[in-house]
Amino acid sequence: MVDLLLIFIGSALVNNFLLSRFLGICSFLGVTTNLKSAAGMGAAVTFVLSITSILVWFIQYYILEPLGLTFLQIAAFILVVAVLVQLLEFFIHKRSPALYEAFGIYLPLITTNCAILGLALLIPSKQYDLISSLVFALGAGGGYTLAMCMMAGLRQELEFADIPQSMQGPALVLLIAGIMAMAFMGFAGLAPM
Amino acid sequence: MLKQLRKDFMEGFAEQTPPFFTAMGLCPALAVTTGVLFGFTMGLAVIFVLVGSNIVISLLRKWVPHEVRIPVYTVIIATLVTIADLVLAGTVPAIHKTLGLFIPLIVVNCIILGRAEAFASKNNVLRSTVDGLGYGLGFTWALIVISAIRELLGAGTLADIRILPEGFVPWQIMLTPPGAFITMGFITALITLGRNRAAAKKSEKEKLATTAQVA
Repeated sequence: MVDLLLIFIGSALVNNFLLSRFLGICSFLGVTTNLKSAAGMGAAVTFVLSITSILVWFIQYYILEPLGLTFLQIAAFILVVAVLVQLLEFFIHKRSPALYEAFGIYLPLITTNCAILGLALLIPSKQYDLISSLVFALGAGGGYTLAMCMMAGLRQELEFADIPQSMQGPALVLLIAGIMAMAFMGFAGLAPM
Repeated sequence: MLKQLRKDFMEGFAEQTPPFFTAMGLCPALAVTTGVLFGFTMGLAVIFVLVGSNIVISLLRKWVPHEVRIPVYTVIIATLVTIADLVLAGTVPAIHKTLGLFIPLIVVNCIILGRAEAFASKNNVLRSTVDGLGYGLGFTWALIVISAIRELLGAGTLADIRILPEGFVPWQIMLTPPGAFITMGFITALITLGRNRAAAKKSEKEKLATTAQVA
């Protein structure tokens, strides 16, 4: 139990996907203009991450390793992610229009989000069991959502601030991210990783 | 013909250089730029994958049905990335270990798929090769610039050769994630400043020209 908690804290705070692993920076700059879309993107990414972690675990330990095909990891995982996102989009669109409204529009963006493929490639290298992989994915998604929402909140507050012209836009977001990453470095030591 | 090729090359090398002048490939630009050697190796891997995928996709452009082009491109790119990953692991294991995830993650780098979709799927092999070289070399020099700033200030060295005197106290923050964000933030701000200045100058010149005409 304690192990799982440590894995969760490790992937959400200590090694935050956005602020310390640099996975998914495009969405960090692109989708954080308001809190609502940041939260939607966060929810969508967390959802896809958790499903990916389970699928990847089974593919790694029941297909790739027994057949000695681990060198196909990159190709296999990117196909799984692409197919999964496409299927989820169809499924959510058909079954739950409300949910589709909330985060369906972010789903197509997710295929090329490096957070998903990054997680898929991290799981085999960590040699987790199935439950730990899922917890790791949930932590990663939680940390991603947290950082996205913090950034969106700050950007909304700064909308009417008097910012030097050349600092507006991505430059400011990157500098805020730098300060945020510094704050997150304070979590180092909470979990052994 | 030569003029056209030159134009194709310069577009990626100087005008649209990622990640400085177009927001593409930001993740590796932040993650692997703790030393010039790492930035350079990453750049080489991207050149290999980009030129390779541009050539293959350009050769296949008449046979790939439009509806399934993205999965086909992805498989081609994933194959090339696997080759690059295995070659780097075999030749420079220490650097390969530091670059870690970001070599496999070239698969989802928007520069590669972006050039495949925007250029290689529409143009002949020669032009696609030159386009890939332009963008690849452009990305490489950009990575070298970022990593030179970070390594020089963070360790006082360039490609592991000491540049600053021994007495220099390294700014260790430059080698950590916050240092990456802050360096990239200031570079972006400088580029915007330069662009704004150029735009202001241009509009001033136009103003002068119109007043001269009126007079």
